[in-house]
Amino acid sequence: MSAGSIPSGKVRDPGYPTKSENYLTNSKGILSWMFTLDHKRIGVMYLVGVVVAFAVAGLLALLIRLHLFQPDGAIFKGSDANNTYNQVFTLHGAIMVFLFIIPSIPAALGNFLVPVMLGAKDVAFPRLNLCSFYLWVAGAIFFVSALCASGLDTGWTFYTPYSTSSNSSVILATSGAFILGFSSIFTGLNFIVTINTMRPPGMSWFRMPLFLWATYATSIIQVLATPVLGITLLLLIAERAMHIGIFDPEFNGDPVTFQHFFWFYSHPAVYIMILPAFGIISDLISVHSHKRIFGYRFIAYSSIAIALLGFLVWGHHMFTSGMGPLTTIIFSALTFTVSVPSAIKVFNWLATMYKGSISLTTPMCFAIAFIFLFTIGGLTGLHLGTLATDLHLHDTYFVVAHFHYVMVGGTLVAFLGGVFHWWPKMFGKMYSEWGGRLAAVIIFFGFNLTFLPQFVLGSRGMPRRYATYDPEFAYLHQMSTIGSLLLGVGLLVALVVLIHSLFRGKRAPANPWGGATLEWNCTSPPPFYNFERAPVVGDPYDFTTIEWDSENERYVTVDPEREIAPEEKPETEPAHAQGDH
Amino acid sequence: MSTIEAGPETAHSADGHDHDHPSFLAHHFDTPEQQFDSGKLGIWLFLVTEILFFSGMFCAYAIFRMLRPDVFEGCSQFLNTKLGAINTGVLLFSSLTMAWAVRCSQVEDNKGLVGMLAATLSCAMIFLGVKAIEYSHKWEMGLLPAGLFVYDPANPHPPRPAPPEGPWAIFDPAYWTYLDYICAPFALIFVGVVIWLIYSLVTANKFHLAVAKPLTVASMCFFVGVGLGTILESGGSESHVGEHHAGEAHAAADDGHDHPDGETHESGEAVAAVIVEPNTNEILVVGDESGNKDETAVRQRLATDSTNSGIQSEIAARQRQSSVAGTSIVTEDAEITGAIEKVESEVLTARQAGVFFSIYYCMTGIHAIHILAGIAVLVWLLVRAVRHDFNRQYFGPVDYVGLYWHLVDLIWIYLFPLLYLIR
Repeated sequence: MSAGSIPSGKVRDPGYPTKSENYLTNSKGILSWMFTLDHKRIGVMYLVGVVVAFAVAGLLALLIRLHLFQPDGAIFKGSDANNTYNQVFTLHGAIMVFLFIIPSIPAALGNFLVPVMLGAKDVAFPRLNLCSFYLWVAGAIFFVSALCASGLDTGWTFYTPYSTSSNSSVILATSGAFILGFSSIFTGLNFIVTINTMRPPGMSWFRMPLFLWATYATSIIQVLATPVLGITLLLLIAERAMHIGIFDPEFNGDPVTFQHFFWFYSHPAVYIMILPAFGIISDLISVHSHKRIFGYRFIAYSSIAIALLGFLVWGHHMFTSGMGPLTTIIFSALTFTVSVPSAIKVFNWLATMYKGSISLTTPMCFAIAFIFLFTIGGLTGLHLGTLATDLHLHDTYFVVAHFHYVMVGGTLVAFLGGVFHWWPKMFGKMYSEWGGRLAAVIIFFGFNLTFLPQFVLGSRGMPRRYATYDPEFAYLHQMSTIGSLLLGVGLLVALVVLIHSLFRGKRAPANPWGGATLEWNCTSPPPFYNFERAPVVGDPYDFTTIEWDSENERYVTVDPEREIAPEEKPETEPAHAQGDH
Repeated sequence: MSTIEAGPETAHSADGHDHDHPSFLAHHFDTPEQQFDSGKLGIWLFLVTEILFFSGMFCAYAIFRMLRPDVFEGCSQFLNTKLGAINTGVLLFSSLTMAWAVRCSQVEDNKGLVGMLAATLSCAMIFLGVKAIEYSHKWEMGLLPAGLFVYDPANPHPPRPAPPEGPWAIFDPAYWTYLDYICAPFALIFVGVVIWLIYSLVTANKFHLAVAKPLTVASMCFFVGVGLGTILESGGSESHVGEHHAGEAHAAADDGHDHPDGETHESGEAVAAVIVEPNTNEILVVGDESGNKDETAVRQRLATDSTNSGIQSEIAARQRQSSVAGTSIVTEDAEITGAIEKVESEVLTARQAGVFFSIYYCMTGIHAIHILAGIAVLVWLLVRAVRHDFNRQYFGPVDYVGLYWHLVDLIWIYLFPLLYLIR
């Protein structure tokens, strides 16, 4: 333990891991990764996997935008142009949703962080965890083979009856989504059990970091909603293979039933995508403002509230599908209730930043961008939840812009913020702060340039999923395309900054940001066993004992000088003395 | 937040492992209780996902039963209540043996544990054997999901190809019945297990013998189930009477079905009605209701302008919709009138009965897959039980599989009345 430049009190810092302790280097060879049961390695493999999936789907998105640069379409030409366009946007959507957004934060960052934040050695079921990863890989293989076979042109929603009659490889793709669903279920199940049974002594529910609350809420949705998607897709496969006549009107089936089944999963899935992002932002805002999180319990409860309310609003995707008027009104009203817990979170984040001492680090830049973009995304959702405006805006670019503001401006930006925040912990390297901030700024501007014009396009009547458009929309579409290129550049800068840090980065201290949660109490990167002995837990947002050690450029925990007399009430109670466990 | 040194009782050695961990305790758990609780919570959550997985099909059942109660009533006559009841009894008994197995593992009665697991496995196999008879019987009759439905009420039992001649002809797949196809993999498994049993007898390997014996009994039980099913299916005349009743009733209703054209012409107002699907029993004369007549005419007139592609495609869609619904009306002039009329008719068509059998096959089929998965984990438990893996402190896996098995049983308890009993 090295001494810092702050002499007062007893400085604690876990130091650096030895090579045989470091989880990245403690065993070698490709097999030691492929068959690892270490949640951190599985998290890293997920991280690589989802980034590759994101790159593929992102390139498809760029293709779409470049094609739309001209009213007649710039890329796909000839008689098959519309078909190709359909396949490209379908694969973009399906890969982004099933292979990137859903597993991004829970599976990649969650796997790495949940046990470490809990001070546990691993998740409750390490083999199941590895199994989920390989299910993810299998699902990805199915998607790739669908792409190679005859493509997919149904849209990521697989609506019947088109999906039962389309010539493209619907069965391959839905099998892939089915398998990915089970990957997601097992991850969620693992996290619920881990958080329930493996919290260290002293960590009561309300001493958990908010990321864990968000992960817990996400896992509840994963466990409760995904099986419904599983059976829906299975029935769809049976429908295509045997014409079972449940969804196919040709055999007296009901296509709207498919939509109900599908959105019963897929609306909660939207919260699978955004809830973990909320968790990341809660932690980021508090740590980089060096201030206790405002309204801890409200943020925690609102995560659970979102998870539960999210199950009651699926009908708002189907206002134009011919539901009864009373049903649509009820779904519309319920949709508005979801905005309450989301707004609670935003207000609490703003209140946390108020009078905090904000460090504009890269993660904080992303967090601030998130609040801005998510607020726009959330508020435009109200227009779509309102029956009257939704009839006008349904299936237009307004919808496209809305969910990209939530999914990209929300989840992706939070994911990037989280990756930049925990990168030093994951790989033990500091990246170029300047480069990271540059990436955040480019992404912010590129994103807004891409999707703000789409709100205008949509409200003027540009329908989504069209390969060509009226020339009057050309100006806005071109703005959007240029924005998407800028967004691509920003993401590339972020990638380069991170990759560069792996080779040239400075060695990261255990606590580079001044966080108080448990993961900053082990070395960077953590040893393969995480903690030698179960750590004793204090308040995850109490920064009073954390001070900057300017000499070694790190934050350290400073224990105040203690009197010998035990009556002088110690700073942290020992574990067995706490009643609320 | 701080990391205070914990007491020596929780201290771990340098590699993060406790060397005083018992062998059954995974390295990341502190106590056997923690491990057991984790597993228990995990399996309960898994059961929740299973219930939600089946919930989709229960929803579909409810929706379609609500839409077509007559179809469900008519078609459930084809399900043999006796076979269903036998299977219900078998599964209930297997739940008893499974619960008993859990008890045996808790009190370290290893012999009892192996016996109870074998009994559970045997029940599962009997269930599948009876199910094989049910399925193959319906397939022979052509009672299949909507797209494959070929049942003919006039000829419910289509003749099979001539029975094979010659000693080896039985291996010619051309003559196989559906039942043979279902039985083939189980017969292979049975033969394999018997060979294993003989091998372990010859080599006098006690462990292999202890595993192979119960497995032989269990895999034989499949054929017990098949035999039981065959006896009940052929001897149980009651169900056949009901079935023929149903057949006759539907044949009677079929008379009305032969004249859909007449029905359409009676309803009259369409200029030229083209029956797209003669098979259909619902005749839909689609058009706007008479109050909207003017609006339709306006739309048709607007559609003559080639720039009004929206209205053109809307009209095209309406025509396609009505053709899919059964009947398409093609008119020369711009007048489509009439109201939707429904003609009640027999239910034994692909589009009607097919949906019932689709739901029947989906629900029972996925249930049967769960039985198969249960068999796989039971075999795994059996091997571990023979290996004496379980003790007072470590009986979690038996408990978890038991819970799973009870759920599979419970789902059948719901399927049986919904599909077989409610008429």
